[in-house]
Amino acid sequence: MDAQEIVDSLLAGDRRALARAITHVEADTMIGREILRQVYPRTGRAQTIGITGSAGTGKSTLVGAVAREERVRGRTVGIVAVDPSSPFSHGAILGDRIRMQELTSDPGVFLRSMASRGNLGGLSETATGVVDLMDVFGHDVVLIETVGAGQDEVEVATTAQTTVLVTNPAAGDEVQSMKAGLMEIAQIMVVNKADLAGADTAVAQLRALLAIANHDAWKPPVLSTVARANEGVAELVDSIDDHQEHTRSDTHGAQERERHVRGQIVALVRAGLHREVFEIDKVNSLLDELVLEVAARNQDPRSAAGELLEALPKLWATPEEM
Amino acid sequence: MNDPNTTSGSVAEGRPIRVLIAKPGLDGHDRGAKVVARALRDAGMEVVYTGIRQTPEMIAEAALQEDVQVVGLSILSGAHLGLFPRIVEELTQRKIDDVLLFAGGIIPAEDVSQVEALGFKGVFGPGTDTRDVIEFVRENAPRRV
Ligand SMILES: Nc1nc2c(ncn2[C@@H]2O[C@H](COP(=O)(O)OP(=O)(O)OP(=O)(O)O)[C@@H](O)[C@H]2O)c(=O)[nH]1
Ligand SMILES: [Mg+2]
Repeated sequence: MDAQEIVDSLLAGDRRALARAITHVEADTMIGREILRQVYPRTGRAQTIGITGSAGTGKSTLVGAVAREERVRGRTVGIVAVDPSSPFSHGAILGDRIRMQELTSDPGVFLRSMASRGNLGGLSETATGVVDLMDVFGHDVVLIETVGAGQDEVEVATTAQTTVLVTNPAAGDEVQSMKAGLMEIAQIMVVNKADLAGADTAVAQLRALLAIANHDAWKPPVLSTVARANEGVAELVDSIDDHQEHTRSDTHGAQERERHVRGQIVALVRAGLHREVFEIDKVNSLLDELVLEVAARNQDPRSAAGELLEALPKLWATPEEM
Repeated sequence: MNDPNTTSGSVAEGRPIRVLIAKPGLDGHDRGAKVVARALRDAGMEVVYTGIRQTPEMIAEAALQEDVQVVGLSILSGAHLGLFPRIVEELTQRKIDDVLLFAGGIIPAEDVSQVEALGFKGVFGPGTDTRDVIEFVRENAPRRV
């Protein structure tokens, strides 16, 4: 199937076409790029919601619970669940479906697992496209689960209009260390596993931190949930709806939209540059030469970097022929 | 299984092979399925693992949504001759005709030809060396994009 056929079937509601389109976008083929170019003007209808946080905090359980609540509210749901690739084999076990079993046979839900494929920035590149596909397919809500803490997570935050940061009680140290970057990416904080000791303290700590953080018009709420028992989930969905309303309001809509796409463009540029610099053999051999020059102190690092930047072949603009 | 020379599970163009490993039926032992899933992961593949007690519909639906190239089923309950045809039927209903199917677990020798006739290209019994499964998948996985 070529791009046009895939787009037509996708827009006609063919789930297989959606699945295949995602495969193309994930592999960054010519067809994938063409599909995204064609569908982009139709995006923007879905609520896009990122659910992120450290490994094991209960993100998948929460995504499953949120999806069920959205279904109760009559909305269809697309889910993108990202798991890390092994840095050694580059393979991955994508196990998020395990916690969302009963959603598999619901025709109003489409769940796709993805591996991060370990390329910094590249994940946001593909995830953004996959979210766009889920959106134009007609899902009312698109949920994106990502693991991690750090740059990848910050970048992935640009794929969603609303980012929910999931933490746990007794994660006090984590809360302390997350204040810098992560506070800024999250519009909603959730202390999940609130059935465990220390939930109230964690909520209070987060609220105290947020009170001093500088946020614009939107004040990020701190909620507690017991995802496994569906507690606090309706309140979370209410809160997501509030933020979505905020991002689409007359007063803040334009600004939020621009903030969101600015983040996306910058993330894509960063990913493209990263790929040009570090994943292209030609660049690597130049880099090797420059390393020798700089190590011998014949050249300074700054001018070596400048030389490399100027030499960047513009391969990013043309993906492999498929 | 951790052979450093086999770290690329990729097809020619460097994209990881995507595999669905599922456990149909009612038995709750997924040790074998997990061993295979990890071995394929260690061979550089991306393995969607769905957990135990999957209905034929859930398996076919997961294969569709995940657009996997390969579906591996692990079964110990002896219900393969009942379940496998239903799984193939669910796949066919969804027009999924381009996945490589294989089965593992306890499948008596006299049933193997019936299972193969359903379209399963590989049937692996207990004690199979996971390297054989890796090689089988690498050699037979259809190209996706
Ligand atoms: N006590 C308690 N346990 C929970 C709760 N929510 C999830 N869990 C458990 O936490 C564990 C991890 O849950 P997942 O949903 O897989 O967590 P995750 O963040 O998606 O994990 P990764 O994707 O591996 O990072 C499981 O054993 C869940 O049953 C909760 O509200 N309370
Ligand atoms: Mg998870």
